Amino acid sequence: MTEHTVSAFDAELKDLQRTIAEMGGIAERMLSDAVEALARQDTRLAQKIVATDQRLDALQREIEEMAIHTIARRQPMAVDLRDVIATIRIANDLERVGDLVKNMAKRIMAMENNFPPQKLLVGLNGITMLALQQFKTVIDAYTTRDAMAALSVWQRDGEIDNLYNSLFRELLTYMMEDPRNIGFCTQLLFSAKNIERIGDHATNIAETVYYLVTGENLSLDRPRGESEEMAVAASA
Amino acid sequence: MSVAAHPEKVTVRDLKFFYGSNLALKNINLPLYDHKVTAFIGPSGCGKSTLLRVLNRMYDLYPKQRAEGEVLLDGKNILDKNQDLNVLRARIGMVFQKPTPFPMSIYDNIAFGIRLYEDLPKSEMDGRVETALRGAALWEEVKDKLNASGLSLSGGQQQRLCIARSVAVKPDVILFDEPCSALDPISTAKVEELIDELKTRYTIAIVTHNMQQAARVSDYTAFMYLGELIEYDETSRIFTSPKQQQTQDYITGRFG
Repeated sequence: MTEHTVSAFDAELKDLQRTIAEMGGIAERMLSDAVEALARQDTRLAQKIVATDQRLDALQREIEEMAIHTIARRQPMAVDLRDVIATIRIANDLERVGDLVKNMAKRIMAMENNFPPQKLLVGLNGITMLALQQFKTVIDAYTTRDAMAALSVWQRDGEIDNLYNSLFRELLTYMMEDPRNIGFCTQLLFSAKNIERIGDHATNIAETVYYLVTGENLSLDRPRGESEEMAVAASA
Repeated sequence: MSVAAHPEKVTVRDLKFFYGSNLALKNINLPLYDHKVTAFIGPSGCGKSTLLRVLNRMYDLYPKQRAEGEVLLDGKNILDKNQDLNVLRARIGMVFQKPTPFPMSIYDNIAFGIRLYEDLPKSEMDGRVETALRGAALWEEVKDKLNASGLSLSGGQQQRLCIARSVAVKPDVILFDEPCSALDPISTAKVEELIDELKTRYTIAIVTHNMQQAARVSDYTAFMYLGELIEYDETSRIFTSPKQQQTQDYITGRFG
């Protein structure tokens, strides 16, 4: 795309984009660290994740301020306007992702000396890996302005929901078998829920990227997995 | 075009315009929807003012200028040589960039135009003058000095006087050619507020090189470049996701 006649405008937009990329990188690392901390039962790593979340909060505030100043000073139109709005939305989603990963890390720390059996961790690992992949793809889609890649992330949202539902069923069975399992199973359940929410945020970001690039909103009917959660809970 | 089906007050069809042998407008096709504001934007020399001046046949004053094609007002072609130009210019009024009050009283500025078409008793004329001045949001400011010269008003007031003058002869369409370029921000805001109100009664076309103004006041926007219509759409679409790269480059400040 040609550059703005007033080059300071380009510089401001680049600043915003760069800061989003930075936030995305941090959130991605936090999530992959969480995968590792869980696999290795590494509560020290979990602690590090918790501390990193602060940086995301600070960056979100920074982006919001920069975006508001850009709107006031430049009166952006068309793709520039969508760009600035996109950074505000995405920063919001990334900050929430950070909170969700931090929450998961805290649960990992709470599992110290009482980690659940490996076979249960496999399920959680599976859903987390998918969420991580969705997340990586969507952040790349933002950086490269790839509407098709964003669309593919959006379309896969149902997969994470389905994985969550089957993990939910599995954990429920485990808890019903033996009350002593309830402790760590509920931790895993909350963690899985957090991961499912991270998947939702990746989908939000995908919708934003698609809108940014094409100017069109993806249909309001997001692809969903079946809602087993409600049905199972009712019958239990 | 994916715009809603409104009644078209004016339809421009296959319009070409020549300054001598120079083709300044190339096959323009677009509507002016009834009771809507249509803005024309584009870089200098794109033909937007030329197009505006075709709509009330201002070019007729100049021998080397001519138009081909059709401009339909309520279905009738006003480019037809049998068109009565005085009647046309009452039905399609124009407000210019530089306020142009006549060198006479505020009252006479309004009455002058009316007197060309109608022979009214004083009481009725008083009423018409008041209605016109109210219609231009100027009455309260000048009601106690109607005999003062039109030239004694501020720039913004003079412009509203010109609007009142157009409104007095009961037009269908009002054309604005960069009406706020010479005005300060407060006067500009008053004129924009007035345009918002005027569109409930008239059809409005406005040429402006202030894009934010086009975005604020208009319902539809036409982007022109080098005599061609590049894009026409609802204003909200043009300024959030235009279809043409050129349109986007212009409105985002990436042009030239």
